[in-house]
Amino acid sequence: MSNTRFLTDAQLPFCKGCGHALVAQNTEKALQKLNVNPLDVVLVTDIGCHGIVDKSFLTHTVHGLHGRSSALAAGITAGLNNPGKKVIVFTGDGGATIGMQHLIGGAHLGFDMTVVVHNNMLYGMTGGQPSEFTPCGFKTPTLPEGSTKPGYDICELMVAAGASYVERVIGIGDYSDSLAKAFTAPGFSLVEVMEICPSYGVKSNPGMKLSKLVEDAGWNVKVYADGKGNSFKTPINSEPKSLISDKFEVKPKYSSSIERPFSIMLSGSAGEGVQSAAEFMAKAAIVAGLNSTKKGSYPVTVGVGFSASEVIVSPKQILYTGSPVPDVLIITSTDGLGYARAAAGRMKGGVIYIDETLDAPETGARIVKVPFRERVGAKNSAMYAVFYAVHYEKFYPIEALKDVFLSNKIAEKVNIESLLQF
Amino acid sequence: MHESKKNLAFIDGSRLITEALVRAGADTFVGYPITPANLLYLYASKRFPTMLAAPDEITTLQWMSGFAVAGHVPVTATSYPGYALMVESIGMAAMMELPMVIVLVQRLGPATGTATCGAQGDLNVVYGTMSGGYSIPTFSISNYHDCWELSAKAVHTAIELRTPVVLLTSKEMVMTLQSFDWSNLPEIQPKKVKHYKGEGTYLPYKADETLVPDFLPVSQNKHQVRITASTHDTKGILQNVLPEAIENTKRLEQKLRRNIDEYTTYELDEQQGSETLIITYDISSQASREAVVHLREKGKKVSLLVAKTLLPIPQIYVDIANRYTRVVVVEENLTGQLRHLLFGAAGRKGVSGVNGIAKMISPTEIVEEVMRYE
Repeated sequence: MSNTRFLTDAQLPFCKGCGHALVAQNTEKALQKLNVNPLDVVLVTDIGCHGIVDKSFLTHTVHGLHGRSSALAAGITAGLNNPGKKVIVFTGDGGATIGMQHLIGGAHLGFDMTVVVHNNMLYGMTGGQPSEFTPCGFKTPTLPEGSTKPGYDICELMVAAGASYVERVIGIGDYSDSLAKAFTAPGFSLVEVMEICPSYGVKSNPGMKLSKLVEDAGWNVKVYADGKGNSFKTPINSEPKSLISDKFEVKPKYSSSIERPFSIMLSGSAGEGVQSAAEFMAKAAIVAGLNSTKKGSYPVTVGVGFSASEVIVSPKQILYTGSPVPDVLIITSTDGLGYARAAAGRMKGGVIYIDETLDAPETGARIVKVPFRERVGAKNSAMYAVFYAVHYEKFYPIEALKDVFLSNKIAEKVNIESLLQF
Repeated sequence: MHESKKNLAFIDGSRLITEALVRAGADTFVGYPITPANLLYLYASKRFPTMLAAPDEITTLQWMSGFAVAGHVPVTATSYPGYALMVESIGMAAMMELPMVIVLVQRLGPATGTATCGAQGDLNVVYGTMSGGYSIPTFSISNYHDCWELSAKAVHTAIELRTPVVLLTSKEMVMTLQSFDWSNLPEIQPKKVKHYKGEGTYLPYKADETLVPDFLPVSQNKHQVRITASTHDTKGILQNVLPEAIENTKRLEQKLRRNIDEYTTYELDEQQGSETLIITYDISSQASREAVVHLREKGKKVSLLVAKTLLPIPQIYVDIANRYTRVVVVEENLTGQLRHLLFGAAGRKGVSGVNGIAKMISPTEIVEEVMRYE
């Protein structure tokens, strides 16, 4: 055991009789037993009375928000990715209540850290309100009749979440061996230190003994998990590939005779290849020497309802990517008709290609009915409709679209001849 | 037809943003998926040296802060509902002076609104993130080149000023596919966090004339590091309202203001003789640029200011606006958030807005507003 100091000589900043001071002293003793360097320790403190102890420690100290200390510490330990460092969290029962998700998540993932819960069964800094850890019958200044619900058993919760080492101790005397075991356990460890707040707990529950209180609450003072868990390893991709490699290059091969931008709206049903078909149409425009954009519209439920896409093809640079009034509207399903009806109504010219089973919407555009679904089935109707529209509207040579189609693995499943029925 | 193209691709803005963030020096992505930021999450999982999936957005910002304490430069991407959860933690990270970038992809609100519809509704939210009126440097992407250059600028600014930075964009920029020639994108130089090199006691919040203190991660064991979100002195110790601590808190805003020229970037296309200025940002910029082309073709003289550094508001924007009798502020929200930040509730004679929600503002609407007084 070393005699390295982890605490300054200054008096600890706690009320007389508060168990928080003992947590700090037992932590120092445990770290001395482990013979670690103070600057290989990172102490992360929560909000609450215990949280002002950081100035008394000679370790690295990090002091964050109420309830979030375990998540902050998880980020630190994942960022360090070094089991030789000791990341220790001090939190109260209030902070543990607020940050329960972080405790469960930390135990679940096995972050290399130890959480020391200072459980005095109430919020001490704000006047003695009950926390979710307040046991049945325990009184506080704002709950003088006593709690009617049992408090959380954090140890059981942590075991269920997968913590490596878990122990509950009575916060009296020397429990540094328990802390030392937690500090050396691989992965996530938690020690719950039972205390009574001298300012609010003792006054509201005169004569109550801590050990009796813990026993009556049904909380066992024991080791719940013995440190055989695994440590989280931060994933490191040492050779990530650039997102803008040559394989994304599109080489113009054909030419187009259009002299102005055209906007095309494709509107169909989710699951029927609308977004892919629109993407092929826009990409083929680049192969034909044009500029293009493609933006999708769909409900958040990606597998049902309408799916629509707006494509602009242009011989000039495209700035504005919206297209409130399409020049060409392609509708392949009932869902698509429902979504596109407003756009159709805005069209004073142009053309609408619509599946022949659908009623034509009110519009100033010319209507062309085509048996898209009957000829190729629902699943390929959007792709077929795009081939059809490109063939008749002549935005660019159909060969450009064929090239894009054939270079995609969809060509292994769909016979291109089925898409060339004009 | 394309001219002098070299590397033509059909890509979305998310791809450029992600690549630029990494090249500029960001090394860790922590994310919780949310539409329409999900492509950034996807690309980050392939491109960032480290990518972690967090269980929620509060955890996201806390993990990021932890990574920054350990010496990394983390990034996340989210949308308003996620940003709202992050707000307290962003304030914490700013107070701790931790570098990080939050890509905020705007979508239609309020609340969950419509996840798959774009918007420009979050400027006021970012403006009010910090209690006390402190700023978060905020950049706004107006086109694909900005996806590249402003993403790098965001990382560099976060590192240089030791602060969280918001990179504001919207659904149509990060999810729309466009033909794009990336051959003329500038090289991005990676930047690293400047570490304290002294031998004496390290004071984590003692700054030189730049007002930015040197950093040390908790991974080293030569100097003690104290980091805190509470009001603190130069040692990083909680000090309530002692003068040294309050001076340190004021420094958080002063460092952003003193160095604002380093990260102010905007596009100004002034036409001689013009009395009308269009001011815009984000996704409305492209419609505004197109409107300017149409207006000039009609013979209407008009100038354009595309604000790329949004917060703190650079004084130069107000100075430019004051040169014009007519100012039209174009933004895809209901009430004109940038217009209010620039001109206040009282407004200014000759100032009007083109606003709208649930649709992209079109060049036609902008042309009509500019021509309204002709």
